[in-house]
Amino acid sequence: MSDAAQPHSEISSTRDYSLTGASSRQAEEVGLAAAEWYHSDVPRKTMKAMMKRRDGPALRDTAIWIALHILFAAGGIYFWGSWIAVPFWLAYGVMYGSASDSRWHECGHGTPFRTRWMNDVVYHIASFQLIRNPVNWRWSHARHHTDTLIVGRDPEIAWMHPINLFLKALAFVGFVDTWASFKTLARNSLGMLSDDEKIYIPETEWPKAAFWARVHLALFALTALAVLLMLANGMGWKSAIPILLIGGPRVYGCWHMVLTALLQHGGLPEDVTDHRLNSRTLYMNPISRWIYWNMNYHIEHHMFPMVPYYALPALHDEIKHDLPAPNTSIWDGYKEMMGAVMKQRRDPSHAVRKTLPPTAKPYNEFLHKHVPDRSDAG
Amino acid sequence: MPWIDAIAADDVEEEDVIRWDHDDKTYVIIRSPDDEFFCTAGLCTHEHVHLSDGMVMDHEIECPRHNGIFDYRTGKALRAPACEHLSTYETKKEGDRVFVNVP
Repeated sequence: MSDAAQPHSEISSTRDYSLTGASSRQAEEVGLAAAEWYHSDVPRKTMKAMMKRRDGPALRDTAIWIALHILFAAGGIYFWGSWIAVPFWLAYGVMYGSASDSRWHECGHGTPFRTRWMNDVVYHIASFQLIRNPVNWRWSHARHHTDTLIVGRDPEIAWMHPINLFLKALAFVGFVDTWASFKTLARNSLGMLSDDEKIYIPETEWPKAAFWARVHLALFALTALAVLLMLANGMGWKSAIPILLIGGPRVYGCWHMVLTALLQHGGLPEDVTDHRLNSRTLYMNPISRWIYWNMNYHIEHHMFPMVPYYALPALHDEIKHDLPAPNTSIWDGYKEMMGAVMKQRRDPSHAVRKTLPPTAKPYNEFLHKHVPDRSDAG
Repeated sequence: MPWIDAIAADDVEEEDVIRWDHDDKTYVIIRSPDDEFFCTAGLCTHEHVHLSDGMVMDHEIECPRHNGIFDYRTGKALRAPACEHLSTYETKKEGDRVFVNVP
């Protein structure tokens, strides 16, 4: 399915992933910033049909998602004190801490619902669940789509070199991310944005970032207050319930989000302008696909972000002749990715390069010979 | 400002968009669901992506790369990351031709 990529340039193990450093300037100089990316040919009529928005599928899936929150939380509370409660809380955690990520993502694009305010409502709820400032992340994700995996331009690169496998493993329980998210919210609530945030968030949006950070922190403060009141009323361990319901699942329920998100671009090359090279499409079981809202069709999503999640399987069928063969399962994807990651720890220029089918157009690589030598960066 | 003979009405379907380049500038001509024609600047005000690959839904056009939305009748930016409004231009239909009044 794949072979090792030839390194595009000599790249040191230390790279400058900030948006204000040497890599950013180099990316702009060589034309990697806001570059023209490869798109598979799709007839306009077909694309129009695929881009079509409908409220029905997203309403159905959102109703199920909300119902499962209620059902699992009710089970967890009802069986409190018994081991039977544990699977209910674990399942609730996945709804809250993992399924929210794909809802956040899709509604951030504004694609699942035809009715715009419905996208916005679900986006804000999911942002709160994930402890993400809804303003910052809307803009960082726009940049991720402009400059996917371009070092110094993309603020959402998950696998940064040198790779720290301990931190990656720790991400499956979200302590580190949650702590970092709270620090960001606290900083934003004081009206302070980092240098990178100032790069990708327009100045007109900065007050909104502060406003939503304050709203989120206030809701978390109310949750903490509920815990304290319950403790004061002698409710003992039951006082943990508010945190198990709100905020806590970002820690104990994020594992499925991390499991799928790491596969999106892991082990694939940076600084290319063809999503067939730097994104991974894979097949997966229907439960994971429902939790993930079909983002396993990740090349397709990056190539055509206007296509809603429920049309991605049809888009995949339409362009698969032009894409590398998908990985056959999550396990297959991890085998490929982790094989490459282990090599990247010794040789950061290594990356998976998948073979295209004979029906595909060649990779869009005209810019890649200009990829900067980063041996002095960092 | 001169009226320019831009496209044949049949060049674009209802609730769809077509790119129109004129005098080193790029525009889009949009045919609304109620069969009216509108013309706006051709590039999204966010990152200058061609709107002609975007989607027309009701009276809105959506940028194909970041999903910014504009009301193509007024050019008003309706959804981030589109924050700046689009320029709009008058159109008229004469026979089967669409004319645009451009500077």
